[in-house]
Amino acid sequence: MSSNRHVVIIGNGIAGVTCARQLRKLDDSVRITLVSGESRYFFSRTALMYVFMGHMKFEHTQPYENWFWEKNRIELKEGWVKSIDFSAKNLHFKSGENLSYDELVIATGSKPNKFGWPGEDLQGVQGLYSKQDLELMEENTSVGVQRAVIVGGGLIGIEMAEMLAYKKIPVTFLVRESGFWRNVLPKEESELVGRHMLEHHIDLRLNEELDEILADPNARVQAVRTKSGEIIPCQFVGLTAGVTPNIDFLRKTQLVVNRGVKVDFGFRTNIANVYSIGDCAEFHEAPAAHRKPVEQVWYTGRMHGETLGYILAGKKVTYQPGVWFNSAKFLDIEYQTYGTVPAKWEEDKISSFYWEHAGGKVAFRMLMDLEGRILGVNNLGLRLRHEFFDQAIREKWEGSKAIAKLDKANFDPEFFAPYFMEIQQAFKSQFGGDIKVFRKTFIQKLFGASV
Amino acid sequence: MKLIQRLGILLFLVGLTVFTVMPFLGSYTLTKELVLTNTKDIHQERMSKILAPMYGETYWSNFSFIAAFNDNFDSNNDVLKAESKWEEVIWDDYSFALAKSSISSPVRDNPWLFFGLSIGFAVLGGLFYNLPNHRDEPAGIKNNGIFHSSMKNRGWMGMVTGAYLIVFYIILYWFPAYIVNQVWMVNPLSMILSGNSASQWFLYGTIYTLAIAVMGVRMFRKYKGNRYQQLRTASVMFFQTAFAFLIPEILVLLNQPYYDFKNIWPLDYDFFYDYQVETFISAGGVGMFMLIWGILLISIAVPVFTYFFGKRWYCSWVCGCGGLAETVGDPYRQLSNKSLKAWKYERVIVHSVLVLAVVMTGLTIANYFSGFALLGNVTNQLHSFYGFAIGSVFAGVVGTGFYPFMGNRVWCRFGCPLAAYLGIVQRFKSRFRITTNGGQCISCGNCSTYCEMGIDVRWYAQRGQQIVRASCVGCGVCSAVCPRGVLKLENGPEENRVNEMPIIIGNDSIKVKA
Repeated sequence: MSSNRHVVIIGNGIAGVTCARQLRKLDDSVRITLVSGESRYFFSRTALMYVFMGHMKFEHTQPYENWFWEKNRIELKEGWVKSIDFSAKNLHFKSGENLSYDELVIATGSKPNKFGWPGEDLQGVQGLYSKQDLELMEENTSVGVQRAVIVGGGLIGIEMAEMLAYKKIPVTFLVRESGFWRNVLPKEESELVGRHMLEHHIDLRLNEELDEILADPNARVQAVRTKSGEIIPCQFVGLTAGVTPNIDFLRKTQLVVNRGVKVDFGFRTNIANVYSIGDCAEFHEAPAAHRKPVEQVWYTGRMHGETLGYILAGKKVTYQPGVWFNSAKFLDIEYQTYGTVPAKWEEDKISSFYWEHAGGKVAFRMLMDLEGRILGVNNLGLRLRHEFFDQAIREKWEGSKAIAKLDKANFDPEFFAPYFMEIQQAFKSQFGGDIKVFRKTFIQKLFGASV
Repeated sequence: MKLIQRLGILLFLVGLTVFTVMPFLGSYTLTKELVLTNTKDIHQERMSKILAPMYGETYWSNFSFIAAFNDNFDSNNDVLKAESKWEEVIWDDYSFALAKSSISSPVRDNPWLFFGLSIGFAVLGGLFYNLPNHRDEPAGIKNNGIFHSSMKNRGWMGMVTGAYLIVFYIILYWFPAYIVNQVWMVNPLSMILSGNSASQWFLYGTIYTLAIAVMGVRMFRKYKGNRYQQLRTASVMFFQTAFAFLIPEILVLLNQPYYDFKNIWPLDYDFFYDYQVETFISAGGVGMFMLIWGILLISIAVPVFTYFFGKRWYCSWVCGCGGLAETVGDPYRQLSNKSLKAWKYERVIVHSVLVLAVVMTGLTIANYFSGFALLGNVTNQLHSFYGFAIGSVFAGVVGTGFYPFMGNRVWCRFGCPLAAYLGIVQRFKSRFRITTNGGQCISCGNCSTYCEMGIDVRWYAQRGQQIVRASCVGCGVCSAVCPRGVLKLENGPEENRVNEMPIIIGNDSIKVKA
């Protein structure tokens, strides 16, 4: 492999940046260029909401100081790529500039879904994905917004609701499903989050869909009409019904695309020396059971980048994700999941253990197969250890074994209420098994919070 | 609720205003008797002559009184200095004692009234403001709007606050004669506690303790769902009130040496000064106990507790400087500098101060045992240099005055020699670490932003590494503000405490040899 080749990565999100870093670690001489029109320096997309709410400044979302890139000889090229000449191995920028490459990585991420709703391009209607979206949202909510409507019950939707609450803008939240994020969360978890949203005064409308966004004479949103015919006056509409790969500039080229750029498990596209990773890549088949061909999560983007970094350095590896995990925060309630917990399952094939604290804000679910082996867990309002469940699920522990050792899995700060004891108690009374419920230590009794 | 909070702000501002205008009240009349009672025997005769032109004069402001005092006093000393009669120069500063004794003011006549109008109103206002905070909100992270706040993001309010604090510290340390009214105001309290009249240090201690209490209440509200934060806040409130404020005063009442049982050398830099050791030794059993207790803290408690719990056992649970930083300073924690450059400066400066403190103390002890044959009074000059540069300027003026500019741990991070000592133990021989929860970090940056010690927590967390850093005081806020449950302060086996994770958990594509 030629060592002075030029690897160009389009997109400086978590996938592209991780790829660049890994490649640099493994290969000292390769020339690496990161291309981005969005932001010169890498920032954490997941933190944009905190900039809006004044928890951080934009610069705080940048995980590396500005000198980092030069020190690691990762060149940064600002600009939007207009088209790619795959045969001449050349990028054409909107500015008119060109950049040639030997190997190309397409890591252009996602953009918010728009489903052709009437009025979806009006002023005051937007999604939230990019830095530019954040700036637009600051502008759109700066004055005169009496109410906002959010369309789509997922993670970005609830983040947007929290952001609007910071500006004291009342929010009506339209959710097509019967519960919040119900296509991912089981019923009880979804209801728990729904209650918490009400606690934050969010007007949550379940089983309700957007029909049309209505304009005022200045082509600005003034109301939405729902499928049930209700007209809700509003001056801001958040479109948060998921995201889709950001690859429009690659359609109708030699590159084979579907929803995303089609790749194999080596992230190779149909064109030699062209790769794609992150949100915009679409595997020919799902990389594992219960996974999707398009993976649009921070963590998968990072793993794609990690793996492709190795591949570009000449290592013979293919993408093999391990045990699934994810996390989110719904207003004040943290959520983590390890392994496989789908929104619905067949009762005769899978048994579910669900515990919820009497306060209704802390919950734990574990799914087991018919032999009682752990398949996955959801936890809300308490923190659990990744390594513990990675091991337990990989090694197919009995559910009762995981519960018996739950003290080892507890990741809540010291002196927090030891919910795991109540979980052990509940599991024992439902499933039996040889579980010794932990007792509070003297210090915990004296100072710790009680369940 | 809003109404009560607004009333709180109003009360606080009234209290602050009364406190601020107090130095301008009253008049000063010096008499020979006052000079005689407030000067050392050896100076009585000369001082009473030097200041004779002032007798019977009424000065209507502290400025004119202190100016007249300095005129008379300095002209005498200047003559002696010019003639190189160094032995006769009067080095003691009597301006505070004389200003305090010669003032007649409404404050001196009604100390409790003014105490109530200034400190009382400020405390009450602070409580009115803090107690209803977040009342109708569910428990959670309350960082909304911090970077949109003029007070908390170096806006004009932050600048004014910082400037006020800096001026206050400068007056307190070097010009206490200007604030004798405030000292009179706390005089009755001092009489109750120690049976002695108040000094500016008693005034400072009173304000310090109340500030920690009022802003501790703010912490209880802000972190109402977080038992770790609540417990350590209660702990610093307790140690400040009992150990730093009440017990030393009560010891004095009982004719014992003034001693703060939780203040540890080298933060307590004068612990081994000759006059301090003399005080302990001459105070019988209690004094000896204090001396031995202090040495045990340095030699046993610091390494042992830090081994088991990390330096947090002291820095964010016990220490007075830490107590102020964690309560009054909490609104400014996000202003610490997280750059690699700042870390480099931090390591050089804080360890230099530690070396300086150790060398100074070593020389002092050696000099003491040699009967001052070794260095004579050179150690005294070293003490006054250290006391000025480190004890006053760094720990006080910069340490607290710079809260609104550089965050709440400037002193602890860059200056405190005890923190440096604790940090060395924590880095190399301790069970404490901040555990990163596998691959769950999303690099959002909340942890780094809210780290008061300027640790770039995210740098480690996003690599799946545990955070083992000398400077970490274990405040636990990184863990609290993490939106994905990634960070946990833990004490555990030393094995694999510092871990390199080339591949983050959850990706099986790459096999790494263990």
